[in-house]
Order: sequence, then C-alpha cells, then structure tokens
Amino acid sequence: MTGDPPGERAIAVAGLKVWLEKTLIVDGVDLDVGPGEWVTIIGPNGAGKSTALRAIGGLLPFQGLVELNGVAVDKLQRRERAKTVAIVAQSPVVPPAMRVFDYVLLGRTPYVPPLGRESGADLAVVDDVLGELDLRRFAGRRLDTLSGGERQRVFLARALAQGARILLLDEPTSALDIGHQQEVLELVDRLRAERGLTVLATMHDLTTAGEYADRMVLLAGGTVVAAGPPREVLTEANLAKHYRVRVRVIEGDHGPLVVPVRAT
Amino acid sequence: MTSGLREAQPAERVVRPAGLRPAWLAGGILAVLVALVAGLAFGSVQLPPAGVAAELLNLIPGVRLHSGLSEREVAILLELRLPRVVLGLIVGAMLALAGAAYQGVFRNPLADPHLLGVAAGAGLGVTAVIAFRSTTGDATVNLPFGVPVAAFVGALIAVALTWLLGAAGGRDRSPATLILAGVAVSSFLAAAQTYVMQRHVDTLREVYSWLLGRLATAGWHDVLLVLPYAAVTGAIVLSQRRELDVLTVGDEEATGLGLHPQRSRYLLIIAASLGTAAAVSVSGLIGFVGIIVPHTMRLLAGPSYRSILPLSVLFGAAFLALADLLARTAGGQAEIPIGVVTAFFGAPFFIVVLRTTRTAAP
Repeated sequence: MTGDPPGERAIAVAGLKVWLEKTLIVDGVDLDVGPGEWVTIIGPNGAGKSTALRAIGGLLPFQGLVELNGVAVDKLQRRERAKTVAIVAQSPVVPPAMRVFDYVLLGRTPYVPPLGRESGADLAVVDDVLGELDLRRFAGRRLDTLSGGERQRVFLARALAQGARILLLDEPTSALDIGHQQEVLELVDRLRAERGLTVLATMHDLTTAGEYADRMVLLAGGTVVAAGPPREVLTEANLAKHYRVRVRVIEGDHGPLVVPVRAT
Repeated sequence: MTSGLREAQPAERVVRPAGLRPAWLAGGILAVLVALVAGLAFGSVQLPPAGVAAELLNLIPGVRLHSGLSEREVAILLELRLPRVVLGLIVGAMLALAGAAYQGVFRNPLADPHLLGVAAGAGLGVTAVIAFRSTTGDATVNLPFGVPVAAFVGALIAVALTWLLGAAGGRDRSPATLILAGVAVSSFLAAAQTYVMQRHVDTLREVYSWLLGRLATAGWHDVLLVLPYAAVTGAIVLSQRRELDVLTVGDEEATGLGLHPQRSRYLLIIAASLGTAAAVSVSGLIGFVGIIVPHTMRLLAGPSYRSILPLSVLFGAAFLALADLLARTAGGQAEIPIGVVTAFFGAPFFIVVLRTTRTAAP
C-alpha cells in the first residue's frame, strides 16, 4: 500500500538546532520516524517540543538535517513541501465567519495553480475527507460556531485535504475533554492505518501519549533525554528527573499508565 | 437537518465553495450602470435618462441610436459629465478595492486605504504646492507640476517612509510594525502640513477644500492620469484574492499550506498604495469608502475575498458616483464636499447593514 521503499525513513532528523529570537530552543535533536509509524514527542513546558515540530515541518529556520521522505525539507519548494507534510497547529486560527467546507478547501492550496482556482478534483477530495471524518453535515456551518471537538476534526480534515503522507500534530488534544481526546486520537490512528500516514505528534498527557505512540521521544532543555517504546521512556525515574514530579507508573492494557502523586 | 438523507445521497454536494455568486456580480454591474446613467442625467441641466443611455450606447462602435438630445446637451454629457462620473467610478473602485486589500493583508477591520500614510503624505504635498504658489504671489504661476502630481508624489514618499521605518532595526515588516510606522509617519507629516498651513493662512481655504475631497475639476485629463494605475492595481489585487482567503489563517499556517505570505503581503500593499495614491491625487481625501464598502460586501455576500474584492470594485464605483451626484445636486449652487456625502449617507446605511446581518465582521 505504501509506495515507500522498505527501510526508508519518512522523517529523519539529525543535529537539529533551532533559535527563536537568538535563544537556542532546540539543541541538537536526532530522531527518525519510519513510514506509517506514530512517534510522540513529550517533555515539560519549554522543552522545545513545538519548536522542533514546526522546524521539522519547514516553518522555522534551523541548523542541522531534516529530511522528509528522503528530501531535505529546506530544499523543497513550498508547494511541494505542503504536499509532503501537513501540520495541525496547537491552536489553529479560526477565520471569522468562514464555513467548514471553505476552511477544509484551504488544504488544497498547494494544488491550486497561481491565478487559478480549485478543480473539480479538489472539491471531490474535500468532500471525501468531510465524509470520512463524519463532517458532511457541518459543511455549510461556520467554523466558529462548532464545539472544540468538532473543530479539531475540521482542523484534521484540512490537513488531510493536503494529501500529505506525513502528519505533524502539535498538542492535538490539549483543548479537549478526555472523551474527545480519545475520539480524535482514535480517528488519527484509523486514518494512519487506512491512508498509510506517518504521524509525529507532541503531547502533554503522558498516559494517552503512550497508548497511541509506537515510540516516544522525551525532550528536556532542547535535547533528547530518552527515546524508545513508551515502556522505556515513561519510567518513574525519567519523569521524576525531567518533569520534577513524583509519579507512579502502572502497567496498562495499551501501555504504561502514568499517575501523578502528590509530594507528601 | 437532512442527516437522514446523507447516507442515501452520498454523491450530492450541497455546499458550493465560497466565491463570487453570479447574482451578486449582476447586481454590482447593474449598480454601476444605474450610477452611470443617473450621474449623467441629473445635474444643473436635467437630461432624459433614456437619451443618456442611447448616447452611451452610441459610444460603442457600430451603434447608431437616436437619443433626442440637442448638440449642446450631448456636449454637456460627453465633455463635462462623463469624465466626472467616470472618474468617480474609478476613484470609488480604487478606494474600496485598496481598503479591502489592506483589511485582508493586515487582518484588521479598521484598516483603510490611508493607513500607511497616503493621506498625510498627499496632504503635505498639496499644501506645500499651494503654499508655494501663494508665496510667489501669483496663483497662476506654472509649477512644473500641479496639485495632482504633488499629492501623488507626497503619498508615495509617505508610504515609502512607512515601509522603510517599519523594517528599521533589522526587524521584519510585520503587519503590526507597519501599522505603527504608518501612524508615526502620518502624525509627523500631518504636523508638518499644519505648520505650513499656519505659516500661509491664505492657503487654508484651498487646502481645506482639497482635504474634503472633490471631483469638481474632473476632465478627461484626470481620468487618463489615474487610469493606468487603476488598471495595474486592479489586476494585481484581484489576482491575489485566493491568497487573501488563505492568509486569514495567519502567516504560519499559510506558509504550511505552501504560500509565501510575506510576498503576497508586499505585492498587495504596494499595489493598493499605488492605486490609493493615484485616486487621492485626482480626488482629494475621500474617507469612508475604503472601509464601508468592503465591510458591507463582507456582511452581505460572505467573508471570502473572492467575492469581497470584485464586489468592492463594482459597488465602490457605484457608491462614489452616486455620492458625487448628491454632492453636486443636493446643495443647490454650492457643491457639498464629497467626503461629507460619503460619511453622511454611508454611516447610517452601514449601521443598518451591521445591525441586520448575522455575519460577523472580522
């Protein structure tokens, strides 16, 4: 199903350094994501998760190597890049009065020729995506009238409409209650399986993060301090050291359950 | 609603993408035609609208209709009124289009075409020329350039200053720094203009009448002056209508969608400023059109720039031509400044639109 040659990495990052306003935020990150894999970056506030993700998506200048499907992201034309990787921002801008259909249609921007307009194929893609995410009934509704959970599905729909095989999700569930968190993550997991997507996400909820990720990367102070399957990263020692919190880690059905414990 | 039917008719697409609806386009063209004929027919000499329409059609090569107008009436129509009405249409279209572009580029509903210093720069240029004339003591003295050129050059210098200052210190020209630089440049130039006016009190009347806007001296010369800029501005801004829609999600997300937000923004700002400077140079400062027309279009026809931009051109043109008709007929002998008319009738109308539509302004 996937056209990727075996052993190829969808995302390859080596020695990534990112500065924001002359402050070094990401300091030499290495990470790989295989085709169809789901990797989640965790870490305390200020660890550089979002900054690293945005740089990998080509939205920030960086030093080091970032390859998407074997091509350096800073060598890609913007439109080509937008067809390769789709990013869902932590809190996407909701344009006033824009309808869901038009918002999702923005995802087709890299396919619309300059001075041109969307083709019938573009409209069909949007219709498919809306159907797949059970959003057709919202197509004519204004995005700013939808609930948080519905909006998050629409944000995802726009990213899917881009037709990119690599999906970067920045805190996709931070604005949602636990029911909708699970709904959105299940949806991403289903799409990953159906469409052969590669997912790189940042998340705060450690238990949820561990349940969905194939592998995790723990970032602290802009560097990778632990990486591997959730079981190896979500340890009481790791979390105590880097989050400065006492936790109890319990073995769950789908991964470790992380429970914060009050420090006496 | 119809969610039960959804399964039965999966292929049916009820939602059309945002864009210019044919009905709105037709309405806009009709508005322009009505404004054109009304502007030509009414005035100190009344002409029959049907005759006016016939004479207009006669301008099309190969058409020969009997209008019933006398030779003198035809002269009034073609030599006096037509250039003025056409100029009103062009200026109105430019101001509304530039306002819409600025609002999109700066993502700020209060952005108007004078935001980056066009008004203050043009004002200073005009004041300086008028003051220089009064200093030489001869109002007929022929400078190598007149008021329109002074206004145009002053406006462009002001925008260039704003542009340079907005990037000072190696910062990028973010929308916010550009707006702030525009405020600073405008204040500075307005202060300089006030100083010149105070030193040459005899210029007050002439400067004041220019500040309030006027299409009174419009001839074909003015139309030809502004037409090339209007064409270039119109083509560039309209070509960016989809980009403006994408920009509503912010620069970073627009970049992620494959756009060059900065490039689009620069292009739009330069084009809109050029068009505004050209409009201001022949019409003086006409406020309100650049804010009210795009917002009315947004409220009535939806938030997509694919409809806002072309409709702003059409309805902005019609609005200003009709405002000019009122300006020269409503006050008897003395013309009312057109800026007064646009605000006096535009503001209440806009309040009505604002209160009766459910679509939010940005």
